[in-house]
Amino acid sequence: MKMVKVIEFIINGTKKKVEVKSKDLLLNVIRNELQLTGTKYGCGIGVCGACTVLVDGEPMLSCLMLAVDVDGKDLVTIEGIVKEDQLDVIQKAFLEKGAVQCGFCTPGFIMTAKSLLAENTDPTEKEIREYIKGNLCRCTGYVNIVKVIKRAANKKVGDN
Amino acid sequence: MNVNLINTRILTLSIEYYAPRTVEETVSLLSKHSQDAKVLAGGTDLLVKMKQRLTEPRHIINIKKIKALDFVKEEADGLHIGALTKLRTLEKSNVVRNKFPVLCEGVRTIGSVQIRNMATIGGNLCNASPAADSAPPLLALDARARIVGPNGDRVILIKEFFTGPGKTALQPTDFLVEIQIPYLPKGAGTSFIKIARTSMDLAKINIAAMVKLNGNEISACRIALGAVAPTPIRVYKVEELLTGKEFSGEIVNEASQIVAEEIKPITDIRATAAYRKEASKALTHDALMMAYERAKR
Repeated sequence: MKMVKVIEFIINGTKKKVEVKSKDLLLNVIRNELQLTGTKYGCGIGVCGACTVLVDGEPMLSCLMLAVDVDGKDLVTIEGIVKEDQLDVIQKAFLEKGAVQCGFCTPGFIMTAKSLLAENTDPTEKEIREYIKGNLCRCTGYVNIVKVIKRAANKKVGDN
Repeated sequence: MNVNLINTRILTLSIEYYAPRTVEETVSLLSKHSQDAKVLAGGTDLLVKMKQRLTEPRHIINIKKIKALDFVKEEADGLHIGALTKLRTLEKSNVVRNKFPVLCEGVRTIGSVQIRNMATIGGNLCNASPAADSAPPLLALDARARIVGPNGDRVILIKEFFTGPGKTALQPTDFLVEIQIPYLPKGAGTSFIKIARTSMDLAKINIAAMVKLNGNEISACRIALGAVAPTPIRVYKVEELLTGKEFSGEIVNEASQIVAEEIKPITDIRATAAYRKEASKALTHDALMMAYERAKR
């Protein structure tokens, strides 16, 4: 089988054709070929969640995916949830209440939270903590992250 | 000189890559490259091992295009689950949650939502970690594995599937395609418990139990533990002790004491052998009590 493949997929709403090697990891294609550096490399082995992206709406770890596996799929990164220059309500929520310190884990958390709130419009704190357990944060201690996800769910954003 | 070859940013190995669309194509590829090939499904085990250079296959056979292996189907003889079915699919499946809740409970503890969106039940079994969380439930359910090889199909019991740490009954030319789970009889209750250091970690010890009651008599039971032996195991002596007896606190305590004799735990990064021996007793007690309560409902 050829080592180089041309894959075609939708990235943040736009159709794109990219030439990749069979063994290229999706995370590197996103960051290098697509120049979308919001998605981060954290551990490379699937435990930190910093590389979380949405593939056909489902949160997945791009560090453990081959780029060829998004051929024909709908890929959304953190850059893609801004709509018409408006931050997503989850992004607005994260800007408040100390949910962001260094910000490195934030894109991964937001993508995971986006999927959670699409599935469960009013999660309990327990449900939030269970859902985001695949995302690690070294700075905040998680309390404020859980808080703002709850606020985003209740659309209580902007009233400090 | 010891060179650290670990690189978790990229795949450093030179690989030949294949993406078959059918089971037949896959079997043919495995026959050609059996010694040096690995099947790639979700990638949450294989790619991690490749990045850490714990495995160095020359040929990668990506089977995710074989859509025919991604299914959850109720048949006359039980539930049939394709090997490529994602763990998240099993977690959210109504039929699994209602008719085989122990499998749902086990699978839910694996990794994270992201991992379960990628990982497959076939992959969890073929990776054959002694701590695999889908294994005790499938052992307690007395599930079967359908395997395809160059000489055709065969179905084996899950209790014969695991042969050692990371080793299965699969020949290098074999390919797991389906899990079959017989329906639980009336009066059966199940339970699953996992103890881990963190919410995402591998089990220090896990257990699944099935208790079938006839009145208050244990007419059948199956108890399976993981992370306490070279493979996930059934503890047959404990099952024998319990079968045919009236359910009582005393008999459960007796059973919990002898479970330690059937397991062969080691000390590793997650727990000591001594801890596992003690914990197995407590977990056996708790799992049996939980399964009993559910059997009564």
